[in-house]
Amino acid sequence: MGKLAIETRGLKKSFGTTHAVAGVDLAVSAGGVYGVLGPNGAGKTTTIRMLATLLRPDAGEAQVLGYDVVRDAQAVRSRVGLTGQFASVDEDLTGVENLLLLARLLGYSRRRGRERATDLLDAFGLAEAADRQVKKYSGGMRRRIDIAASLVVTPELIFLDEPTTGLDPRSRNQVWEIVRGMVAEGATVLLTTQYLDEADQLADRIAVIDHGKVIAEGSSGQLKASFGAGSLHVRLRSPEQRAEAERVLATALEVQVEPSADPVALSARISDPERVARSLAELSRGGIDVTEFALGQPSLDEVFLALTGHAPEETPEEDAA
Amino acid sequence: MNATSAEQASAPVTEDALRSVLAGERPSRPGPVLTSLTFGWRALLKIKHVPEQLVDVTMFPIMFTLMFTYLFGGALAGSTQEYLQFLLPGILVQANVMITMNTGITLNTDIQKGVFDRFRSLPVWRPSPLVGALLGDLVRYSIGSAIVIMLGLVLGFRPEGGAVGVVLSVALLLVFSFCLSWLWTMLSLILRTPNSVAGVSMMVMFPLTFVSNIFVDPKTMPGWLQAVVEVNPITHLATVVRGLMHGSVPAGEIGWVLVSSVLLVAVFGPITMVLYRNKK
Repeated sequence: MGKLAIETRGLKKSFGTTHAVAGVDLAVSAGGVYGVLGPNGAGKTTTIRMLATLLRPDAGEAQVLGYDVVRDAQAVRSRVGLTGQFASVDEDLTGVENLLLLARLLGYSRRRGRERATDLLDAFGLAEAADRQVKKYSGGMRRRIDIAASLVVTPELIFLDEPTTGLDPRSRNQVWEIVRGMVAEGATVLLTTQYLDEADQLADRIAVIDHGKVIAEGSSGQLKASFGAGSLHVRLRSPEQRAEAERVLATALEVQVEPSADPVALSARISDPERVARSLAELSRGGIDVTEFALGQPSLDEVFLALTGHAPEETPEEDAA
Repeated sequence: MNATSAEQASAPVTEDALRSVLAGERPSRPGPVLTSLTFGWRALLKIKHVPEQLVDVTMFPIMFTLMFTYLFGGALAGSTQEYLQFLLPGILVQANVMITMNTGITLNTDIQKGVFDRFRSLPVWRPSPLVGALLGDLVRYSIGSAIVIMLGLVLGFRPEGGAVGVVLSVALLLVFSFCLSWLWTMLSLILRTPNSVAGVSMMVMFPLTFVSNIFVDPKTMPGWLQAVVEVNPITHLATVVRGLMHGSVPAGEIGWVLVSSVLLVAVFGPITMVLYRNKK
């Protein structure tokens, strides 16, 4: 295992009586994407803001790239890039002005800064919008300039706070491509998301966070494995046969079978994949027509449900400000 | 696979471009003066893109000068011409001091929008975003001053101190305004919305500018009020600006203004920075 990019122990932060972060322990190794997954208000943003030195923790310790976020805050700041959940560029300025502003603040000469801004805009497909005010950008363009703004000086670690929230699928794919590209170049990305498939798609390791605490940690596969081998999903030709099918499957699989919202569908969590073929054979022997079946790993939705006892729910976002 | 190639076609980011961008250099960190000036440049860019924001430094001083000269001139000084000689330096002070409020409102808006998170996460001298904003405001104050003085000259204001007196008084006014602005930066970090910043600022600003010698000679006021006027730094500032413009050098009063300027920064500067550092 490589050296740790982020290490926190017992990190806490409260706002009034709200315990936004109630003791978070993280160990994020360098390289790759680390996903922090949780519903709104789980404490993701507060955690990222503490790691990016914007908030001082009430208790606990956090080291980012080996530097303490409180004692060596400037050292942390010069090595990380942050793309917040909200506007992190100046909407009144144009794309190129925003990047030039940051380049100048980070030590580029006027000429080199302008070159750097142009390179970034080109790389992020924003060359045509360079001289347009950011407030006139579309949602996807906004996110791209936000991310580009975090890369003016190549950071060793990039924080992306809900980078795809509110984006259309095409823009979301573009952001995913950017994240994958950055990782391919050796960057470490800490990404928060409330989308289970996003964590599944991008992250090498995932921390599931709920009510300010990490409730599970591991690779996507490990999280799923700890939960069971997967699920069998079956679709029948006619809804009348569903009750019968449910009985047959339950007997063959020796697990509980759940009727889905779809009147011709059934699903079951399975413990032993070997029984699946046999159970399907049983259905056909019983004269039940199966139009479709799929054997899959459990979705992270199911994982979340199993871990927290509730579906990913929205709690009021206390860490928005 | 089809889906993948379609996805790549729609992705604006090519791997090669991203690679070259990520291999960027790491320039050395700039000093506090350069970063502050850079933030000042940002303020100027905002004026360029949102020129409407200059309404307060243009319309407001014009309105006040005209209103007070013609409303009160005859009653207070016998003639508008005579009153103008007394009033104009005072209006200049009031206009400038009023315009400083905008600093707090702008800063609060920045914070609400989240762009300050980005600035705070940069490895730059911590006060530089604030100092830069205030430097940008100096340009606004200069515009406001130029407008008041030009309007005054058109209306018949004749400064006996000549150009030198006018320039010196404006310079001192800018110093004081810069220092007073730290009061607004502090407020903007305490209050939640730009509206509440504007409200509280007005509450401070009205007594501060009216309970002074800007509009009338304090001799006509009751004793207790005179005492208040006497300790109001705006009174001293108005006396200095009036003196310099009309050709006298009130050294003691200049000292007063400089001391109160230093005090304003010494008190509100550090409080602002503590609030800024610990901003939620």
